[in-house]
Amino acid sequence: MKSLEELQKIKERALQRRKLSGEGSRARVVVAMGTCGIAAGARDTMTAILSELESRSITDVVVTQTGCIGLCEFEPIVQIQVGESDMVTYGKIDVGRVPELIDGHVVGGVPVAKWQVRK
Amino acid sequence: MIRSTVLVSGDPISLSRGAEDTRLAIEAELAFYGLEDEVRVGYTGRVNRTDVLPVVVVYPEGIVYGPVSPETGATIVSEHLYKGRKVEHLLVSAEVASAEIDTLGVAEDTLYAQKRVVLKRAGTIDPYSIDEYIAYDGYFALGKALTSMTPGEVLDTVKSSGLQGRGGAGFPTGLKWTFVAQQPESPRYIVCNADESEPGTFKDRLIVEGDPHAVLEGMALAGYAVGASEGWIYIRGEYAMAKDILNHAITAAEELNLLGDNIMGTSFSFHVHVHAGAGAYVCGEETALLNSLEGERGIPRIRPPYPTVYGFRGKPTVVNNVETLANIAPIILNGADWFRAIGTERSPGTKVYTMLGDVALSGLVEAPMGTTLREIIGIYGGGMKGGKAFKAAQTGGSSGTIIPAELLDVPMDFASMREKGVGLGSGALLVCDEDTDIVDLAYVLVRFFKTESCGKCTPCRVGTAQMLEALDRLRKGMARRADLERLEEIATYVQQASFCGLGQAAPVPILTGLQYFRSEFESRLRD
Ligand SMILES: Cc1cc2nc3c(=O)[nH]c(=O)nc-3n(C[C@H](O)[C@H](O)[C@H](O)COP(=O)(O)O)c2cc1C
Repeated sequence: MKSLEELQKIKERALQRRKLSGEGSRARVVVAMGTCGIAAGARDTMTAILSELESRSITDVVVTQTGCIGLCEFEPIVQIQVGESDMVTYGKIDVGRVPELIDGHVVGGVPVAKWQVRK
Repeated sequence: MIRSTVLVSGDPISLSRGAEDTRLAIEAELAFYGLEDEVRVGYTGRVNRTDVLPVVVVYPEGIVYGPVSPETGATIVSEHLYKGRKVEHLLVSAEVASAEIDTLGVAEDTLYAQKRVVLKRAGTIDPYSIDEYIAYDGYFALGKALTSMTPGEVLDTVKSSGLQGRGGAGFPTGLKWTFVAQQPESPRYIVCNADESEPGTFKDRLIVEGDPHAVLEGMALAGYAVGASEGWIYIRGEYAMAKDILNHAITAAEELNLLGDNIMGTSFSFHVHVHAGAGAYVCGEETALLNSLEGERGIPRIRPPYPTVYGFRGKPTVVNNVETLANIAPIILNGADWFRAIGTERSPGTKVYTMLGDVALSGLVEAPMGTTLREIIGIYGGGMKGGKAFKAAQTGGSSGTIIPAELLDVPMDFASMREKGVGLGSGALLVCDEDTDIVDLAYVLVRFFKTESCGKCTPCRVGTAQMLEALDRLRKGMARRADLERLEEIATYVQQASFCGLGQAAPVPILTGLQYFRSEFESRLRD
């Protein structure tokens, strides 16, 4: 990197990529994987999400991780964004809740209100 | 016809300080003067500096008043809106008024959004992706500094921001940097204190795990400001994942030439190394940390000379906490005035807290300096768990003070807390309900210090053991009044005579416990 302009280009590219349309994806699923999340079982939740998507042959969903969002009480926390709609934050998503969550929000496109914690 | 609009701040802090009554009083006074059709009243979601909340903004002039009570709200109507005269003594300085500050997104039935400076990106971006950090303005502060600011200007910006160290003591960061920059000797070093062994404190871990580049960028800016080209992160040994994330981030930044030699094609070079501790609490103390970093035994050095003069490898060294460093890039990017408009006059900015214990919602909270403990518990903690009554809180981890209900409304900033003889410390908030036994609490805390005492000085090594034994006897109902007096005496000696902050803090739970809850200690006596 030799200049601020180059940094600006990376920024624009990264912002574009954060938009789902930029990647041709229908949804983004983000698992909070700070130590608080991991202690509450976020790794298992992550694995369950990946295998749930795989078993349904869904390939156009981006699954990523993030740090602690501050709601340690509600870990494992999963955030889901479908299309250009707002990100929805869910709390206490253990392995058992994953199929219903994926089915309802990612496949059905309707947020699963009962597990929502904010936004 | 509407000729004015009056907005009352409606954020949770303002509401808890009676903003609703202020608004009602304003409306009543407007009706009294027959102005209700000319002046529109509403809430604004803006949080300015906490010491001026609730604020009232009068448009079209955009004049800001604060803090406004129902009575002074009525005065604003009669003077400003009716007679057209500004109420000088209620005015808030222009810098507060003009600050661009995030809106609190408060929707019904949801948790309150926090005021986030340090944690802005944590929980939003992927910590393993440098691109995501850059997408949210990452490394733009460094870019700005390297291309358009001199090191002196960076230093001045940090100095005038009023940033105070977030590692516990609240030392002015700009001043510390100046001491190092003024030293004739080089090389100089930047050391990030990520030891975080204070029980109940886990903010630094979550900052590093959520936004590692924020710390790296802060270190590089510090290096540029004081003329250092090497930095070390001393990270708590147990923080394996955070360490991994940091190493990953350093490699990614080096690949993009945002760390390393000749950053962004300039003459400034900065290298960062990560060093893991081995699990000693005392190694969070900056001079013990430096010893440990050099491969020596982790025991404190005599101060002065301070690390700013004689630090890592005997060279001038900045030692800053993780959260302190994470504040630097936003300050450089947005300016000192922006930062000063958050928090309080004497302690600008936000503070990151880890809240735990008997609150409904434990977790990580970032709030403007000056937010009271009552507000933090009520707003972000969702109140006390199970609706129980608040009894005490310990702020600042084990070395912190025990705070009774009378102090729930003290603005939490370094200066105000110090005035009350209590400490803000590292930002751990251990909340205890009515069922908590203060003697047991003191016992558990002192046991921690006894275990962690490094043994270098006698008051701490022997004193912590004696205090623990005395507390144990008290706990078991075996102590007499003379034993309690003796305990208090020893505690005072240990506080006054210990070599470093560890021993000086060890008696604090006993002394503040006795100060506010003496009867509970006395009720355990045999006589
Ligand atoms: C026993 C003891 C433990 C400490 N532990 C830490 C720690 O874990 N993290 C930290 O940043 N500061 C800790 N400190 C404070 C440091 O000595 C030092 O003041 C701080 O790192 C300075 O950074 P700041 O100016 O950014 O706050 C500790 C102090 C003592 C006496």
